[in-house]
Amino acid sequence: MNPRPIEPPRWATHLLHLFLPDHRAEELEGDLNELFQQRIHEVGVAQARWRYVRDVASLLRPSLIKREQYDYHRPTNTTMLRNYFKVAFRNLTKYKGYSAINIAGLATGMAVALLIGLWVWNEFAYNKGYANYDRIALVMQNQTFDDGVKTWTGQAMQLGPELKSSYGSHFKYVATAEYPGNHLLMLGTKKITSIGNFMEPDITEMLALKMLKGTRSGLTDPSSILLSETTAKSLFGDTDPLNKTITLDKKWAVKVTGVYADLPANSTFQELTFIAPFALKKKDLPEWLGWGNSWFQTFVQIADNTTMETVSVAIKDAKLNKVKNSDDARFKPVVFLLPMSRWHLYSEFKEGINVGGQIQYVRLFSLIGFFVLLLACINFMNLSTARSEKRAREVGVRKAIGSVRQQIMLQFFSESLLIVCISFVLALLFVVLCLPAFNAVANRHIAMPWSNPLFWIVAIGFSLFTSFIAGSYPAIYLSSFQPVKVLKGTFRVGRFAALPRKVLVVIQFTVSITLIIGTLIVFQQIEFAKNRPVGYSRANLVSIPIRSDALITRFATFRDELLNTGVIEEVAATDSPVTNTGVTNSGFDWRGKIPNSADEFVTLRVTHEFGKMVNWQIKEGRDFSKEFTTDSTGFVLNEAAVAYMGLKKPIGEIVKWGDQSFKVIGVVKNLITQSPYDPVRQTIFVINYKRLNLITFKINPTKSASEALAKVETIYKRYDPDNSFDYKFVDQEYAKKFGEEERIGKLASFFAILAIFISCLGLFGLASFVMEQRTKEIGIRKVMGASVSNLWQLLSKDFVLLVIISLFIAIPATWYYMQNWVQQYTYHTEISWWIFALSGFGALLITLLTVSFQSVKAALMNPIKSLRSE
Amino acid sequence: MKGTYLGEFEEVVLLAVAIRAGDAYGAAVVNEIEQQMGRSVNLGAVHSALNRLQEKGLVSSEMGGMTAERGGRRKRLYSVTAYGRRALEEIRQLRNQMWDAIPGTAWGQLNMQ
Repeated sequence: MNPRPIEPPRWATHLLHLFLPDHRAEELEGDLNELFQQRIHEVGVAQARWRYVRDVASLLRPSLIKREQYDYHRPTNTTMLRNYFKVAFRNLTKYKGYSAINIAGLATGMAVALLIGLWVWNEFAYNKGYANYDRIALVMQNQTFDDGVKTWTGQAMQLGPELKSSYGSHFKYVATAEYPGNHLLMLGTKKITSIGNFMEPDITEMLALKMLKGTRSGLTDPSSILLSETTAKSLFGDTDPLNKTITLDKKWAVKVTGVYADLPANSTFQELTFIAPFALKKKDLPEWLGWGNSWFQTFVQIADNTTMETVSVAIKDAKLNKVKNSDDARFKPVVFLLPMSRWHLYSEFKEGINVGGQIQYVRLFSLIGFFVLLLACINFMNLSTARSEKRAREVGVRKAIGSVRQQIMLQFFSESLLIVCISFVLALLFVVLCLPAFNAVANRHIAMPWSNPLFWIVAIGFSLFTSFIAGSYPAIYLSSFQPVKVLKGTFRVGRFAALPRKVLVVIQFTVSITLIIGTLIVFQQIEFAKNRPVGYSRANLVSIPIRSDALITRFATFRDELLNTGVIEEVAATDSPVTNTGVTNSGFDWRGKIPNSADEFVTLRVTHEFGKMVNWQIKEGRDFSKEFTTDSTGFVLNEAAVAYMGLKKPIGEIVKWGDQSFKVIGVVKNLITQSPYDPVRQTIFVINYKRLNLITFKINPTKSASEALAKVETIYKRYDPDNSFDYKFVDQEYAKKFGEEERIGKLASFFAILAIFISCLGLFGLASFVMEQRTKEIGIRKVMGASVSNLWQLLSKDFVLLVIISLFIAIPATWYYMQNWVQQYTYHTEISWWIFALSGFGALLITLLTVSFQSVKAALMNPIKSLRSE
Repeated sequence: MKGTYLGEFEEVVLLAVAIRAGDAYGAAVVNEIEQQMGRSVNLGAVHSALNRLQEKGLVSSEMGGMTAERGGRRKRLYSVTAYGRRALEEIRQLRNQMWDAIPGTAWGQLNMQ
């Protein structure tokens, strides 16, 4: 009896049938089978199988896959579809120039839209990594001062407990916290400086910390610490950190009670590498801290059954009720919640009202992305319709044979789909290449979400949408041709056929010119703010934070040591950086003050030599001096403060600050210590040698900075051996004030250049098409005696006219919009006419260059060649 | 001429078709070559060579009858055309001519070394 025959690998046979034409597959399968059966006997089953697979693989070669003829009938639909793609492909390769323009333009547009889409997605995903994202809020307060309502993120430490006791039903968790900062962690001799915060234990539940070791309740122990995974690893290596004791800031011995998974990137707390109990810090805080000292943050998670709005309204007088009988009641504090979903995009307040923030940029760039893509689609539409005359015959033949309009529309849609697909692949490539540079400029860590199905759905949907939009105009327009007219040769595109094309060109250039003018104005505004008199010199200034008490108690000797090195010109200390004075105080009293008015001053605590170091300009009176011991109760005011207080003769005036009296000894010209776009605020400079937070020194300009820093570091290490020597150049810190605007400017100019590039690409294609169409006309004109320059004028005129129309639309629109934009900066530039003139001139020049390339070529052509063919 | 050039493998395949005259189909040619040359060849290589030979007009083919051993599948039978035969003969003649032209001293010198 025959055993059951041994079968060759079935998948290989399938593969054969899949790729090879049927007439061949049969004979080949026969051969394969025969050899297989034979080899089973010769070399065994396994070897025979292996040879079978190898043979199949060797059969899948182009010469055998090639189909000779179609033996079988196929459904007409797929044949037609294939025919459409074939015709599309032939068209692509026949007109390489047009295709390149089309694909390059569309790919650039799609890449820009993709890039912006990724960024916008990333912005909206901010903080969404937290489980309680929609229940967490930061408690904010609005206070009304003389010069407007100010919104603060800071709260008194008494607010948290008050919310818990009097408004407890609204909240699930309440946690008071410090502001995050650099702290020193020590394990034996191992030291690391990392960013962490002191927070109340509720925060662990609120952020739903994922505990790798220990529990969330670990933070309730007042001398504990929770470490992030990364910190635990860098401090302990592979050993178990749990219950080990480490030293925090050389002050506190704390026990590690837990290790949490690193907090999600792209979130507010992403840098939080450890959490220490707030109770620890609280012991060291001065006794007198009251409701007036908004030094802390209060985070809350609202109860499950309520909404942010309800809670926000319910707690609005939480502070006011407590300060009713004190000075702080004057400021009418209103407490409210800022939900976590708004922290990133809606963080700016003006006069106590939320005015957006980052969301502006998200909107702006979404708009730009949309417009750039629109420009690319317009290119595509214009070039397709412009070429329609060439394809009119094809449409006519198709219709005569029996195509209905829908089929022709389908054909053009499939053509645009092909182009969009090619462009999309190119765009992806472009985005992958650009992403690192884009991340660097946008200061983000965006990765391509290859594995995210949503990304693919959106990307494919977006491609289909683009091909639909881009293909719709040619599809509808071309399919409307009447076959009789087209084929008889009497078909003439009407006078108005080019009108939509012209309108689209005008739209393109309007958008491009708007973008360019807008970008120029952004840069003008930045330049204007940069050129504003700063009031002090930042060159060669370097600042270092004070992290050790030794630097405060022995400041004088530290200063002497630095000066003795010969490379340092001057040393002074302050409580906040001169480029970012964040401390404000109120409760001043002076002659002529309106009783009970809500005053607020920026205060900067300085040491004697501060003014000399930053080289401020004394307007009246004198600088602080060690020769007058009374200067420790002296004030130096800036001009803004003098104006604010309404002092006629400020020198010698007595100003009361709480119980103490101070005498005004000098007035300095305004120093820009905050936003360079806002007016300088009233500032008081006062001598203080205790509440200092950073030391600034000036390097002798004739000495090398690196050498000087090395010398300072060795001295610094003697006072503070534990902390690393982190220095910052003051001029760089000042330059950071322009960072955000410059970033926007850079990105916007990049997109504006792309926009004009795409528009010109389209114009170039269109021009070359028009020239081709008018070849004969040009030939005849030349024969009749037209000169090259005549022809050039004639041919370029139409396009220049379109750009001029765009200018007339773009200029007023941009002027209006940008006027509003600059108004939001108190200190803003006047939009100057030359920007418009320059961009208009530039746009015309670029247009002329683009068109001239084609028109000069056409005008130079030998009329014999163009006229011979008939 | 371009069409008459025969590659080494094509020549082998053409010879195998001639040997198996009357029953030369893919698998048979593979067997023949493997037997004669003692090396394994891929079916794909053989078929593409047959294909090329047919395009050059050196072999012709027709579909043969079905056989049970091939599971009822038909086979394509190849036969050498007159033009194919002439090509083979030309090659052989060329080889012979060149062999004859080798002087006797060639081997002698080689042996001396």
